[in-house]
Amino acid sequence: MKTLLIGEYREGKLLNSTYELAGCAGELGDTAAMFLVGDEQELPAFDGMLYLASAAACGEYNPEVHKQLIIETVEKENPDIVVFLHSSYGWDLAPRVAAGLGAAQISEVVAVQDGGFEVTCCNGKMRRSIKSATQRTVITIQAGAFQGVQAGTPQVVTVAAQVKNVMEFDGYEPAEEKGVDLAKAEVIVSAGRGIGKKDNVPVIAALAKALGGELGASRPVVDAEWVAHDHQVGTTGQTVAPKLYVACGISGAIQHLAGMKKSDFVVAINKDKDAPIGEVADVLVVADVMQFVPALTAKLQK
Amino acid sequence: MKLLVCIKQVPDMESRFKPDASGTWYADTDLAFRMNEYDEYAVEQAVRLKEQLGDAPEVVALSIGPDRVVEPIKKALAMGCDRAVHIQDPAVQLKDPWQIASIIAAYARNQGFDLIFTGMQSQDRGSAQVGVMVAEQLGLPCATTLVGLTFDNGTVIARRELEGGVKGIVRMKSPALVTCQLGLNIPRYPTLPNIMKAKKKEIATVGVNELQSSEARSIPVSFHAPAKKGGGLVLEGDVNELADKVIGILKEKTAVLR
Repeated sequence: MKTLLIGEYREGKLLNSTYELAGCAGELGDTAAMFLVGDEQELPAFDGMLYLASAAACGEYNPEVHKQLIIETVEKENPDIVVFLHSSYGWDLAPRVAAGLGAAQISEVVAVQDGGFEVTCCNGKMRRSIKSATQRTVITIQAGAFQGVQAGTPQVVTVAAQVKNVMEFDGYEPAEEKGVDLAKAEVIVSAGRGIGKKDNVPVIAALAKALGGELGASRPVVDAEWVAHDHQVGTTGQTVAPKLYVACGISGAIQHLAGMKKSDFVVAINKDKDAPIGEVADVLVVADVMQFVPALTAKLQK
Repeated sequence: MKLLVCIKQVPDMESRFKPDASGTWYADTDLAFRMNEYDEYAVEQAVRLKEQLGDAPEVVALSIGPDRVVEPIKKALAMGCDRAVHIQDPAVQLKDPWQIASIIAAYARNQGFDLIFTGMQSQDRGSAQVGVMVAEQLGLPCATTLVGLTFDNGTVIARRELEGGVKGIVRMKSPALVTCQLGLNIPRYPTLPNIMKAKKKEIATVGVNELQSSEARSIPVSFHAPAKKGGGLVLEGDVNELADKVIGILKEKTAVLR
């Protein structure tokens, strides 16, 4: 299988996740080439052809132009599979490229199999195997599902676009300042949607205090304004690795797991025995979080 | 001005999923269904835009599926959409994202929608493809993963959510398509008067065969639970006994209680 990997570059830097594409290509076998809208001063450690367009000239986010450049590169390289990351760049661009190529797209691949792809579904709870019915296939791979591979020096081919913009990119807005640095906490007790309502947040905060830790939160709890954003753990919040992580009523969406799975010890409390948080938990307590947490806090305070 | 919101009905994600007879998707018996969460943000944003523009735009809700998808359609109407179209397809789960996008595009083409809203993905299939592919088929500019939207005199300014909490700001001219992410807004609960009012709103039905469809580009092979990575201890029982057990484990396995 010949692959074309679509690297990622943002705010003047090559993103490390680019190397996960090379890891996936290694499992698909045979040869890989890479396409990147980036900069010649920031080349990836990649052993193969690199089709490089200038981010200064094309724009870091400019889907119409990036799509056209990728399709032209596909025509030159003739890959069987075009591999994107399942990221804000990849899930935005991959369907455009798939549409342009008349190719199947298979999203959020977690493993490659003989002739097919294993993907996640039902909020990460279940899996499907899917096969492509087209000559070429576009896939997006789940963040962290493939080991990063960094090796070698690319042979650079410079490419440029002749397409008109249909969208204008007005730049970036930085992430909110962190009032709470969760990365330094030894214990984090996080609240998820399973706590039911905002009034229950103090119950979770009390357990955090009893364990000498900080309060964390999952994305939906922050979006519902139950807990401030600087407590958010996950892809769009903070990435943490405490000695103890207690997940209270958190089902375990991949974006949350990516932010906490390196914790030394994970206790999850969830009434759903099959919740994906169980995959990373050392201990899964199957209980109503609002009954169990006060009981645990009371015993710790004794 | 006309707005289109595409909504999907999905099972409650806390359900236990079992394969159906084909073995390639879940069996839909014993499941509680609801509106796809991301589509709730899409409905809310479309209704807010209507309110911002002095109620002038017409907001149309669209859903594809069997009879039961009338439920989320009614919810969208109760949230403030003006009318709806139900594309009847009892076998919608067998179609791939490209085919679903083709059906929506076939309906929306030449209808003069200024802005099309979709969720950024569905909670069950999670492909994040359909919205973008509708835009591709209709030749519209499209911004994904929106956590902010302003519309002024035909210009859409979208705040896209990127990794690490960074946002990307994108500007495009309508007609356009946007896909909506968690954090864009807090969807309203339909009030009783609005639920009553919604009963009088039109739900047109269209057979899926009346809209051209394309061939599937991908083929599902199986639907199954993930392989257990092992290790984790599962505790069940009385909460007080569970609390004692957990304290015992924390003392033994971690340094935080010493």
